[in-house]
Amino acid sequence: MVRGLSAGEIGPTEGSTNLPPDDTGEAIGLSASGLTITFGFGPGLFRDDDGKDRFGLADRQPKALRTLPHFPADVLDPEKSYGDLCVQACADDPQVAVHAIRNLARIGFGTVAVRWSQLGFGRTSTTSTSQSTPRNLFGFKDGTANIKSEETKDVEEHVWVASGADPRAEWLAGGSYLVARRFNMNIEIWDRQTLGDQEDFIGRTKDTGAPLSGGTEFTEPDFTMPGSTGHIIPDDSHIRLVHPDFNNGARMLRRGYNFVDGSNPIGGLDAGLFFIAYVTDPDTHFIPIQNTMAKSDALMEYLKVTGSALFAVPPGIGPGEYVGQSLFA
Amino acid sequence: MRKPLIVAALLVTAPFLAACTENAKDSGGDSGDARTVSVTSTDDECKVSAAKVPSGALTFDVTNDGSQVTEFYLLGEDGLRIVGEVENVGPQLSRQLVVNAPAGTYTTACKPGMKGDGIRADFTVTKSGDEPSVSADDQQLVDTALTNYSAYVQDQSDQLVAKTQEFVDDYKSGDDDAARTLYPEARTHWERIETVAESFGDLDPKTDAREADLEPGQKWTGWHRIEKDLWPELAEDYTPLTAKQRAFYADDLMKNITTLDKRVQGLDYTVDQIANGSRGLLEEVAAGKVTGEEEYWSHTDLWDFQANVDGARVGFEGVKPIVEQSNPELAKTLTTRFADLQKLLDAHKTDTGFTFYDDLTPDQVQDLANAVNALSEPLSQLTAAVLS
Repeated sequence: MVRGLSAGEIGPTEGSTNLPPDDTGEAIGLSASGLTITFGFGPGLFRDDDGKDRFGLADRQPKALRTLPHFPADVLDPEKSYGDLCVQACADDPQVAVHAIRNLARIGFGTVAVRWSQLGFGRTSTTSTSQSTPRNLFGFKDGTANIKSEETKDVEEHVWVASGADPRAEWLAGGSYLVARRFNMNIEIWDRQTLGDQEDFIGRTKDTGAPLSGGTEFTEPDFTMPGSTGHIIPDDSHIRLVHPDFNNGARMLRRGYNFVDGSNPIGGLDAGLFFIAYVTDPDTHFIPIQNTMAKSDALMEYLKVTGSALFAVPPGIGPGEYVGQSLFA
Repeated sequence: MRKPLIVAALLVTAPFLAACTENAKDSGGDSGDARTVSVTSTDDECKVSAAKVPSGALTFDVTNDGSQVTEFYLLGEDGLRIVGEVENVGPQLSRQLVVNAPAGTYTTACKPGMKGDGIRADFTVTKSGDEPSVSADDQQLVDTALTNYSAYVQDQSDQLVAKTQEFVDDYKSGDDDAARTLYPEARTHWERIETVAESFGDLDPKTDAREADLEPGQKWTGWHRIEKDLWPELAEDYTPLTAKQRAFYADDLMKNITTLDKRVQGLDYTVDQIANGSRGLLEEVAAGKVTGEEEYWSHTDLWDFQANVDGARVGFEGVKPIVEQSNPELAKTLTTRFADLQKLLDAHKTDTGFTFYDDLTPDQVQDLANAVNALSEPLSQLTAAVLS
């Protein structure tokens, strides 16, 4: 599929008229659209709810792979959380991404079952310096300070799991952890906030995305610069609280998407940011930052986390290898 | 909304001392609109594109070409009275100041580094067809609004202390029926001034945290801890609190409410804080009450709903005379929409208070949510209207 070929041997309009085609057909005529597929393993692949070894892999469970702790403002919907396996399909055309998930699920029926899925649109974070920064549903540029693929040293340090980092799970060396969080935005209330307040909550201007301490989008924020009252980048602003300078240098590779799942029962948008981050270790690169954010971030007034999951993403594979070979072999 | 920092605002502007600015042309900024003025603030200059403009809604496009944070002020003829201001303009950034100015003589001032009197120049607004009906800052109206609001908050706080005392006494003595009756009544006084109460960041989590709001290791105390103990039906494997534990949570709540009451006595407000408080209370309704999340165990959400609306309406009515001058249309809309919402709430009133949230039908909840949206949207214009 990532090469634009059909899913399965029998193409969408081929084969016997008495048989359902292998490929479901909604991607006929579409290109591969940059489709990428990323797989991850949840804690449930290693141990069941009672902690018992499920498939003889328990001794290889990575130490940080477990159900994420409860964070303030978490109102998790179990039907949008957790899972034993995950598949992230990304493409320039959502129809292609859906095609991939749909066909993989079909192939897997009998062995695996779908617990939940989330369709996102509009990437919220740039992952390369060649991309311009897109906006989230708050209307702000999102991901200005994201790790870019060109920053190889930072990718090495903050994204990939190093060899020897977790002796029990050496199979994960060269892989990563995927943190998924469904942030529902209180869109209607947000829209009634003044421009000045919105910018203070974020710590950047809505127009160019420059930090409130001045300059242009990619100017480093000056967190010490005084403002009319307190710091010009307020103490409870989002960019201050999650900045590496205040989090032991930790950075994340974010790969999140906006989502709108229709409306809620009281006529508001069921919408927000489906946050996806890749980190070398959630215990140092996600949990403490999420706690700080939940506790102090001005944005939390407009956010509610309704889904949450953590997966270990095995390293990439070479020709002739299969996904997770380092774990299962 | 931004949690208001409730402090006495003291604006000190020293009299006119120095002005160093280029002589600006009369009328007409860069954009060609006679009421749009561009201001460029550098570390030692304040370039204003026009020194004379026609009266009406003026827009100052303030750009900071300096190296420090700057501010821009439009001051009255005395050089003291602030007609409009824009703060926190970072280096290389721009912000707009929109201000309704009647004909008269004014002073403009850039304040690079936010220190001193600023770089000042004379500024003239000439008479035009778009004269604002009344000067926007009728001090008499403002003073009345401030005095009344301060009295309202103190009165609610007094009643909160009295009712909470009754409530904790009943709860401690094991008279649960009486405590259940008093719970929403005592909380009414809290909810009416919730935005003020919440501004004390240390007290709010101790008094009003919901179970889901807690962070690991945080002890759950306050109203909702006791609520769960009084309405444990929904709780799984719940162990009722012992008499000793009850006394602890009751005394702790009372202590925090007493502290709140003491702090409230010394508070001063500004009109924009009152307007923001009004808007903020409706946000509380939209975020927690109309969804039934606030009173998860007792389902007494409509009591809180009504109390938030009470507080919001008092805030609005306090500043209404100001809004009637600056934006009569808005004043009218808000008056109508408050009445519409109240009518819906009245329909859910019972002999003992209100319908419990879990007895509302989805349609009734939707109607309430629609009315909240209808009111909240224009209410978000209120602060700008009292400041213009």
